[in-house]
Amino acid sequence: MRSVVDILDLSVDEIDELIKTALDMIDNPDKYAHVCERKKIATLFFEPSTRTRLSFEAAMYELGGNVLSVAGASTSSASKGESVSDTVKVVSNYADIIAMRHPKEGAALVAANAASIPVINAGDGGHAHPTQTLADLLTIYREKGRLSGLTIGLCGDLKFGRTVHSLINALSRYADMKFILISPTELKVPSYVKNETLKKFGIPYEQTEILEDVIDRLDILYMTRIQKERFFNEEDYIRLRDSYILTPDKLRTAKPDMCIMHPLPRVNEISVAIDNDSRACYFKQVANGKYMRAALIMKLLREAGSIK
Amino acid sequence: MNIDSIQNGVVIDHITAGRGMKIISLLGLDDTDLSVAIIRNVTSRKLGKKDIIKIDSMTDVNLDLIGYVDPDATVNIIREGVLSQKLTLDVPEKLTNVIKCKNPRCITTTEQELPHIFKLTDKNKMEYRCIYCETKA
Repeated sequence: MRSVVDILDLSVDEIDELIKTALDMIDNPDKYAHVCERKKIATLFFEPSTRTRLSFEAAMYELGGNVLSVAGASTSSASKGESVSDTVKVVSNYADIIAMRHPKEGAALVAANAASIPVINAGDGGHAHPTQTLADLLTIYREKGRLSGLTIGLCGDLKFGRTVHSLINALSRYADMKFILISPTELKVPSYVKNETLKKFGIPYEQTEILEDVIDRLDILYMTRIQKERFFNEEDYIRLRDSYILTPDKLRTAKPDMCIMHPLPRVNEISVAIDNDSRACYFKQVANGKYMRAALIMKLLREAGSIK
Repeated sequence: MNIDSIQNGVVIDHITAGRGMKIISLLGLDDTDLSVAIIRNVTSRKLGKKDIIKIDSMTDVNLDLIGYVDPDATVNIIREGVLSQKLTLDVPEKLTNVIKCKNPRCITTTEQELPHIFKLTDKNKMEYRCIYCETKA
């Protein structure tokens, strides 16, 4: 049974196909309004996340399907100590596809191995969040018209930020990409991401601690939140949380068509004053995420033989 | 037990000096009724110094585990006092229940009876990663 646990589970051709489907869905929503009729997605969220869960559910409704939802470990059998494997084996009897978020890293792979229906990883701790990456890729494509020849600045928590690692993995497969990694020393991209992706594939990158030094060269600025839940030590979190805040002043030297992205939720990394700037794309990412999730649901249900 | 010659059993030879105890421990030979001898820092023409483990019984040994600790070791099967089989090891591609994931956020810390599986990600550096959370061993 085909599942998507990591962005690298999808080939470049498959991602291009998903982007094509999502773009067609945006232009012709009626064409897709009944594709998943009488089909159900189970959204199993063992960790709080309003937007990702709603995005999956909105995507399924727009495809004409239905939703079974579990929000929060306290309301599910996980609170009684049920394993992930058992939970998804049970849910496989009720639904046609699962979107699962879980606080433990690797939980999505366990679910995918145990379920008899496709599983989409909607975030497994700090490990992977492939559908956020799909949203990011569609946003870059729509804003820039291409997924090649771009200089991407990644800023903030590059150590624990799973969206950043997934995005680096995904974009490294496209031509002529360059990365500028902007973070405090404590939150730098882990060496395995550099060694196994950037260095391995010869992707040019540089590291800096100062956003203002490099912002004029960026086509994309991807901001991230310093996430409290990824720290064991609250002192470290408090010390680093305000490291990088994007303000209108810092944008003065940026390109007029630079695209500002953020996986959301934002705390204070991007000043609200930037929301009306034409370069702000983070709310567009939300819409794009819904279309890419819908395209992925359709693809996996088709491959499973659940829909035509 | 005569450690010079065993009649039926297993001799793990050419172990890099200092790794013998780790193999003993991972194979669970420190907690068994079998007759086991470890000879440490033996002079070796090939290695300078080496460790040797002799098990005076025909027992299954986990070759992946030995290959993980020391891929240069050799495993000799002795039957009726003569060498019947000499096995060379390789770096195993996958380790199942040999080592445990140390990441406290990994699903293996909570999921019941989930096997701890590691995949070889860099043969030169002997680097293994947990298949679930991708944390380095």
